[in-house]
Amino acid sequence: MASEFAVELRDVVKKFITPEGSEMAAVDHVTMQIRNGEFFSMLGSSGCGKTTSLRMIAGFEWPTEGDVYIEGKPMGHLPPFQRNVNTVFQSYALFQHMTVFQNVAFGLEMEGASKDEIARRVGRSLEMVQLTGMDRRRPRQLSGGQQQRVALARALVKTPDVLLLDEPLGALDLKLRKEMQLELKALQQQLGITFIYVTHDQEEALTMSDRIAVMSKGKIMQMGTSVEVYERPANRFVAEFIGESNFLEGKVKSVKGDQAVVDVPAWGEELIGIATGKVKAGDDVSVSIRPEKVRLTDKQGIKENSLEAVVTTSTYIGSDTHVYLDVRGQRFKVWEQNRISTLDPRAYYANGQKVWVTLLSENTLILPKA
Amino acid sequence: MNPFRRSPFVLFAAMLVYVFLYLPIFVLVLYSFNASRTNVVFTGFISQTGSQVVMDGSNVVQSPCGAFHWYCELSKNKDVTNAAKNTLTIAVVATIISTIVGTMAALALQRYNFKLRPFSQLSLYIPIVIPEIVMGIGILTLFSQLFGWINNALNLEGASRLTLGLGTVIVSHIAFMIPFVTLVVQARLQGFDKAYEEAAMDLGANEWTTFQRVTFPMILPGVLSGALLAFTLSLDDFVITFFTNGPGSTTLPIYVYGLLRRIITPQVNALSTVWIALVFFTVLLLQWIQNREQK
Repeated sequence: MASEFAVELRDVVKKFITPEGSEMAAVDHVTMQIRNGEFFSMLGSSGCGKTTSLRMIAGFEWPTEGDVYIEGKPMGHLPPFQRNVNTVFQSYALFQHMTVFQNVAFGLEMEGASKDEIARRVGRSLEMVQLTGMDRRRPRQLSGGQQQRVALARALVKTPDVLLLDEPLGALDLKLRKEMQLELKALQQQLGITFIYVTHDQEEALTMSDRIAVMSKGKIMQMGTSVEVYERPANRFVAEFIGESNFLEGKVKSVKGDQAVVDVPAWGEELIGIATGKVKAGDDVSVSIRPEKVRLTDKQGIKENSLEAVVTTSTYIGSDTHVYLDVRGQRFKVWEQNRISTLDPRAYYANGQKVWVTLLSENTLILPKA
Repeated sequence: MNPFRRSPFVLFAAMLVYVFLYLPIFVLVLYSFNASRTNVVFTGFISQTGSQVVMDGSNVVQSPCGAFHWYCELSKNKDVTNAAKNTLTIAVVATIISTIVGTMAALALQRYNFKLRPFSQLSLYIPIVIPEIVMGIGILTLFSQLFGWINNALNLEGASRLTLGLGTVIVSHIAFMIPFVTLVVQARLQGFDKAYEEAAMDLGANEWTTFQRVTFPMILPGVLSGALLAFTLSLDDFVITFFTNGPGSTTLPIYVYGLLRRIITPQVNALSTVWIALVFFTVLLLQWIQNREQK
């Protein structure tokens, strides 16, 4: 391998002309480095620039500024058919006038492979996605999940350096999607190919990825492992986009190491927490705490970050009980795990019940607003 | 229960439509077997006795063809076979060229966003909506002016002079057929996902291979429909052909019109029947091809 990175985007900008005639940057100065053999996800809601970034790597779009590097080589205006990357499309884009075999063989024919070699490699590829025996079917005779597998086989048969996947599981039902997530991840580990995966589904990204780029409005909000983006979101946007959070607004009083003391009027007291991004005294910040990390007790435990509250709604959902609290007029959500199997209603929180809420400083995050 | 109950009126209306559409054709075919030379009323089918048939009750005519007497007469008619040859030559050549150009135009209009695009799109409708006679006169004027200048400038004499004929008819047919082809192909392209072409290129196909292997096979049904529409339009075009043909380039519609001015013989009916059968089988063939594609 020529380069440490399979794919690199260096300060890439992609501008489009809107129908009204003004310029819009779909991708706005994005730099990212994707390592060899990595399962890398771009996560964001529609219009965040993730698909445009992927299309620039594939060669369907060319950057307005900056450049895409594949295996260390600048791609410039190289067309898709001269790049050693392959794409699995959201709509699968299977050729309807060809059989499954012809679809998968197409890429090898373009390489000028011999008939024997094509037959052998297509067979192996179909076996890999468990579609052996389906080779004479037409795409429209297959189920959605099977079509998805054909699309995967068609891209992988070319043994690309990098496989690009544009929301490939979006059209499948939930159960099949979960199965395919695990299968894709296993396949990626088995083949050792770099996967670049675009999705708007945070759970999907967290489940499969080695690293995730969380994107918004054409910019990267944070890049990190699943644990990093969930446990140490870089800013309020990431905390809000991935998982759920309680937020309190405040102003930083002092910073010491990675800890910050924040004055939070709504809480009535100072809160101590971990400063994940760069914050300094006087900054307006959001204090964030995940619902499953709030501690509820009947009596006041430790003094620090602890307040009395009233349960407004409590919903039993099986594994957890979702408790909604009123803390001095602030609405708080807390997920309590049901660790004991019992029918006793006292084990679960009742509406109107008084409880003590503790925000442990190691679970409390001080986030810059972004 | 279905709130849209089928009222007897619907059936009645449907019958009426079919009668209106197909009764004239039925009558036309029937009259091609008429045992009457004037063909004003149907006097019964032609009956064969030995090598003779009986016309108008008493008239005995030599003919080996029996009920198909008028079809035999037709095949012996040199003017008809010439006109049929002209018509088919024009239709085939004009269809091939207009299908190629029309399909290219549809692809360009779909793929590229250029300044004159709205104008180009609009200009496609104009030949369709303006009266054919206006277009016919326009084309005639253009040709006579142009040919006059060229003949004068190059001092062309006799047979080498540019005149109206098969060539001018073909060119004018191509001109009015292109918009039809383009619009039909465009309708097909409307639902065409760009991702198919991107997938082909992603798999290593260059632009031309992508067109050959993916785009063209996928839009082929649309292209065939466009070609067939153009072909039938050319076959039965009268007005534009009337203005642009010359000696020796008479087509069937022009010939039939000429015949009708003299006498309506059952030959005209026989000719029309052959014509209908030809078009009918072409449509059937196309349907069959499209159905096979779908499987």
